Amino acid sequence: MGFEKFLFYCFAAIALASAGMVISRRNPVHAVLWMVVTFVSGAALWILLEAEFLGIVLILVYVGAVMVLFLFVVMMLDVDIATLRACFIRYLPLGAAVALLMLGEIVWIVGPANFGLTHFPSPPAAGLDVNNTHDLGMSLYTTYVYPVELAAVLLLVAIVAAIRLTMRRRTDTKTIDPAVQSRVKKGPDRIRIVKMASVGPLETPETLAEAKDEPR
Amino acid sequence: MIELWNALPLLIQILLKILAIVLPLLGLVAYYTLAERKVIGYMQVRIGPNRVGPRGLLQPIADAVKLMMKEIVLPTKADRTLFLIAPLIAIVPAIAAWAVFPFDDGLVVADINASLLYILSLSSLGVYGIIIAGWASNSKYALLGAMRSAAQMVAYEIAMGFALVGVLVAAGSLNLGEIVRAQSGSVLTWYWLPLLPLFGVYVISGVAETNRAPFDVAEGESEIVAGFHVEYSGMGFAVFFLAEYANMILISALSAIMFLGGWLSPFPQTWVHGIIGLDNGFHWLLLKTFGFMFLFLWLRATFPRYRYDQIMRLGWKVFIPITIVWILVVAGAVVAKLPPWWSA
Repeated sequence: MGFEKFLFYCFAAIALASAGMVISRRNPVHAVLWMVVTFVSGAALWILLEAEFLGIVLILVYVGAVMVLFLFVVMMLDVDIATLRACFIRYLPLGAAVALLMLGEIVWIVGPANFGLTHFPSPPAAGLDVNNTHDLGMSLYTTYVYPVELAAVLLLVAIVAAIRLTMRRRTDTKTIDPAVQSRVKKGPDRIRIVKMASVGPLETPETLAEAKDEPR
Repeated sequence: MIELWNALPLLIQILLKILAIVLPLLGLVAYYTLAERKVIGYMQVRIGPNRVGPRGLLQPIADAVKLMMKEIVLPTKADRTLFLIAPLIAIVPAIAAWAVFPFDDGLVVADINASLLYILSLSSLGVYGIIIAGWASNSKYALLGAMRSAAQMVAYEIAMGFALVGVLVAAGSLNLGEIVRAQSGSVLTWYWLPLLPLFGVYVISGVAETNRAPFDVAEGESEIVAGFHVEYSGMGFAVFFLAEYANMILISALSAIMFLGGWLSPFPQTWVHGIIGLDNGFHWLLLKTFGFMFLFLWLRATFPRYRYDQIMRLGWKVFIPITIVWILVVAGAVVAKLPPWWSA
C-alpha cells in the first residue's frame, strides 16, 4: 500500500466518521463543527486526486465563508432538545422512507454495476508543470462558456430575488446616514459662530508701564 | 555543508525548514509585543516597559513566564473540549500560512502554484478560533465578541479577496514568487502604483481581518470587556495573543510581497546589480514588512474605535464596489499592455 493510498484511507475514514458525527450530535453547534471537519477531509481527498484548485476553493468558500455563517445562525438559535425528540418519533416513518429511497437511488446510480474501477481506465497522472488553475479557467471559459454564463445569470437572479425579499423599509429603526451625521453645517447642532467685539491689546501693569516709558 | 544537508532524510529536512521559519517567527511575535508597548508609549510621551533587562528588552520573556505560571480557569458550563482547542484553531492557520511564503528568489518551503489561494483559505480559517472561543466560554460578552468578529471577518474577507483578484490579474499567476518576479524593475514597476486603490483596500481590510484598532470591536474593552477571550487566562490567552500578532506579521509580509515587490530592490537592477545591501535580497522584504508592522501600531495609537455599523458600511458599501471597479480597470490595462507594467 503506497503512501498516497494510506492518506486516502485516512482522510476517507475521517470524512465518514465526521459525517456520522454531524447527524448524531445533539448539540447543533457541535454538528456544524463536525461538518467543517467533513469538508476539510473532502478537500484533502480532492487534493489527493490532483484537483488542488477545487480542494483549496472548497475550504475557502465552504469552510471559510458558508460554514461561518451557518455557525453564526446556529449559535443564535435557542434549540429545545425535548421538542426535537418528540418530533423525531413523529417524523421517523417519513424520514426513513425518504432515506431508503435515496439510498436505493444512490446504489442504483453509483453501484458496482456501472461505477467501479473496472469501468474506467485510470487517468494519466498530470506532470508537475501542469497548472490546475490555468487548465480549469481555460476549459471553463472556452468549452463550457455558455453553461458558466447561464449559471452566473441564475445566481444573479437569485441575488436580486433575495435582496428584494429581505429589503424592506422599516420606519421604526434609528438608522443614521453617516454622511449626514458627519457633515459639519452651520446651525445649532455642530458649530456655533460667536461674534465678539474687537478689543485692543490687553492692559496689564507691564504693558501700562511700557506705554508710559515710550516717547510720544 | 551541502552534502551533509542532502544526506539527511527528507522528513528531517522539511522539519528543519519548518523550525527555521517558526522559531524566528515566534521570536518576532514576542518582540513585536514589546515594540508595540514601546512605540505606543513614545507616541503618548511615555517610556513604556523599562524595568526587565536593559531598556526593558527582556519584558516579553517575563510576560511569557508569567502567563505560563497562571492557572487556566474553565468557566462553569463551558464546553470544555472546544474551550481548550479554540486557541489552537486560532494559531495553527496563522503559522501554517508561512509554508508557501517566498522569503527570497526561490527560498520557499513549498513552492505550490496556487499559493495565494492557499494563504487566503488558511486565513479564512482563523475566524473559527474566535467564534468557537466565544461560544464555548458560555459568556454573554464572549458570544457578542464572537458574533461581531464573524460578521466583520466575512465582510472584509470579500474585499480582501477582490483586492487579491486584482493582484493575480496583474501578475497572471497565483504563485507568490511569480507575483514578485512580475513586479521586477524598480519602485515604479511595483504594483502599489497601478493597483493603488486595491493596495489601500487590502491594507485596511488586513487591519480589520486581524481585529486590530480601529476595527477591534471584537475585543472592545470599553463595551464588551475583552470580547471573545474574556474568559481565557494563562496560556489560553497567550496563544490567542500570539495568533493575533502572527496574523499581523503575515498580513504585513503579504502586503510587502504583493504590492511592494517583496525582496526586490527599489532601485533599477542596472544601478545596483551586485552591490551588497542595495541589490535584491531578503533584507528588503524584511524592511518593507517592518514598515507595515509599524503602521499597525501607529494606527492603533492614532485612531479611536470605529462604530460597529460604520465598519459594516465601510466593508460592504465602500470597499467592495471600489475593488470591483478597479479589477475592471486593471483587466483593461493588462489587455491594453499598458507600459511599464504590462509592456512585455
